[in-house]
Amino acid sequence: MSPLNIEKGSSKHSAYDLRNPNAEVIETHTLAVVVDNEAGVLARVIGLFSGRGYNIESLTVAEVDHLGHRSRITIVTTGTPEVIEQIKAQLGRLVPVHKVQDLTTEGPSVERELALLKVSGTGDKRVEALRLADIFRANAVDSTLESFVFSIAGSPEKIDAFIELMRPLGLVETARTGVAALTRGAN
Amino acid sequence: MAQQMTGARMVVQALKDQGVDVVFGYPGGAVLPIYDEIFQDQGIKHILVRHEQGAAHAAEGYARSTGKPGVVLVTSGPGATNAVTGITDALMDSIPMVVLSGQVPTFMIGSDAFQEADTVGITRPCSKHNWLVKETDALAQTIHQAFHVATSGRPGPVLVDIPKDVQFATGTYVGPTEARASHYQPKVKGDTEMITALVEALETAERPIFYTGGGVINSGTLASQLLREWVEATGFPITSTLMGLGAYPASGKNWLGMLGMHGLYEANMAMHGCDLMINIGARFDDRITGRIADFSPHSRKAHIDIDPSSINKVIRTDFPIVGDVAHVLEDALRIWKSRGRKVNKSALKKWWAQIEEWKQVRCLTYKNSDSVIKPQHALERLEALTRGHDRYICTDVGQHQMWAAQFLGFDAPNRWMTSGGLGTMGYGLPASIGVQVAHPDSLVINVAGDASFMMNLQEMGTARQYDLPVKQFILNNERLGMVRQWQELLHGERYSHSWSEALPDFVKLAEAFGAKGFMVSDPKDLDDAIMEMIEYDGPVIFDCLVEKHENCFPMIPSGEPHNNMLLGDASTKDAIGTKGAVLV
Repeated sequence: MSPLNIEKGSSKHSAYDLRNPNAEVIETHTLAVVVDNEAGVLARVIGLFSGRGYNIESLTVAEVDHLGHRSRITIVTTGTPEVIEQIKAQLGRLVPVHKVQDLTTEGPSVERELALLKVSGTGDKRVEALRLADIFRANAVDSTLESFVFSIAGSPEKIDAFIELMRPLGLVETARTGVAALTRGAN
Repeated sequence: MAQQMTGARMVVQALKDQGVDVVFGYPGGAVLPIYDEIFQDQGIKHILVRHEQGAAHAAEGYARSTGKPGVVLVTSGPGATNAVTGITDALMDSIPMVVLSGQVPTFMIGSDAFQEADTVGITRPCSKHNWLVKETDALAQTIHQAFHVATSGRPGPVLVDIPKDVQFATGTYVGPTEARASHYQPKVKGDTEMITALVEALETAERPIFYTGGGVINSGTLASQLLREWVEATGFPITSTLMGLGAYPASGKNWLGMLGMHGLYEANMAMHGCDLMINIGARFDDRITGRIADFSPHSRKAHIDIDPSSINKVIRTDFPIVGDVAHVLEDALRIWKSRGRKVNKSALKKWWAQIEEWKQVRCLTYKNSDSVIKPQHALERLEALTRGHDRYICTDVGQHQMWAAQFLGFDAPNRWMTSGGLGTMGYGLPASIGVQVAHPDSLVINVAGDASFMMNLQEMGTARQYDLPVKQFILNNERLGMVRQWQELLHGERYSHSWSEALPDFVKLAEAFGAKGFMVSDPKDLDDAIMEMIEYDGPVIFDCLVEKHENCFPMIPSGEPHNNMLLGDASTKDAIGTKGAVLV
């Protein structure tokens, strides 16, 4: 048996096919996952994403049903349509997971995020920061003679825009909660 | 019937209430209270292994050969970490297993105590689910839940980590019937509309094929019966993955043999050329599909699987059916019969004629020898001499495993125990022990390689202690055969660290363990030695010295499509070129 002719860069050197079959369009989806609030459940969800090479853009988690010990995890993730389908199926088979909802495909939904921004400066910059905060309906929740801490809630895009505007005006530090999301309508 | 008892007592009571008759384990500090209860209660048989990895593989062998969950009991720290390979193996091959591990007392968790490890953290990604039990009152409930999760839906390994103070403390025991029902209830019935659509496609298909896997075996013996009925009634050809061998009998007339990287030519060509592929309980593993873009390019594909995440994971499916194989087959058969049992007879005839042509390639042909034992020949003789026996076969991982899958025939499910997904060398000996414990009077053979056997050979002590007459049939080429084969074919014959220079004398090794040893190197002595091995009432190490540089063919090089197979001794260049071209 003669050795195979191996081209440079070919995946034949490997026991695996090294070419990526999923090099397609990348979508962003917001998933809501209702889980039993038990020890290790967040590690299980995060471990699934890191173990299988999925992306997490944003993740929020909190108990939403104290009596039923249920938490809601909201994950913003990116991937090809096939990968998004896999992520939902993989989440769905975890034992403590009760429900997986794709808020991006299941009709209209609302997404909100809260951010705190510390902006320091004096003179015109300080006045401009306050004016822009007013336009964005951000509240000053802390104030000194050289700084503000603004609180702003809204869609992630709105918060991105506000942060960009604050940057040249003395933005020092930002804290964001990540996205919370719900479907619109009665059900 | 709520009763007060210690956590340790609860463990034994819960195992008995779950119908467990045997536990594979190894004691240590953090599980001593449970071992104390096992000592005082004669209701559960405990098999003392020599290494916790052996316990996990033995439990896999037990589970795979009985359909019941295997149970493992190990201590904290190294006990649990040693079991990790076996747990991962069970996850990859969907084997139901319940692992109970001891843990340091709750008040010491996180203090880097002696023999402390974050066992639930370590096993989270390699188990189906796991629990750390912090209160004795929750222990019985958790163990019952563990059995439910391990055996429901797609089976798999689960782990319950039990701190030592939880074992000592007293709490309320609940039995399986009083335990809180789990919300984890995977769907077993397939969607009737989709099953009907599949039946319609099947009625007109010109080149159909059944492609079956381990899911048929996991679904139980009824699934195998229904599969056989459907295959016979439709007259369709059937192939199977490594994990599914035995669901349809190898002696059946529609059997094409195993498919995949070292599968049979006719099976792979039929998969490549079919127009309707019916995947039952298999998962389009990369050893099966080869290059995805060229995988069976002209077929519509049905996929029956109990795990929704298996569907469309690798291959887009035209008929996705989520459900248990037996349930879906029952519905499919009923619908197909009620519609008049139609198949496309004339097209099927042509399809079989094409398949017969592929069979003429005789892809398993090898050059036999009078002077040296060819591994294929050794397995052909083993097959011929053991066929009539009540026989269970285990394997290790490598060339010998693929040859065993090619040359041994399985006519019933649960008779073939092999490490498929994880490919764990060292699996075979402990697995054979688990099988023999479950079937004390059967002939249990582990087809091993010399390198794989060396990985867990300490378990010969277990075989001796419990008088388990397991036969270790080693195809000894003094090489890591499959590694060597890849190096020959793909790495310019640079044999980097793929040979064993200091192998033990296996006959003396057998004797040292109180077992019987055979060494055979002359083909003329092979039959007599195999017969002696079969007849010997006790564990055996059979050192079969075989051709050192034999390669395992057919072989689909990775990243190649099904119709690009290397055929070895059966090969002429034309065999791949022209015959493959027929359907491409």
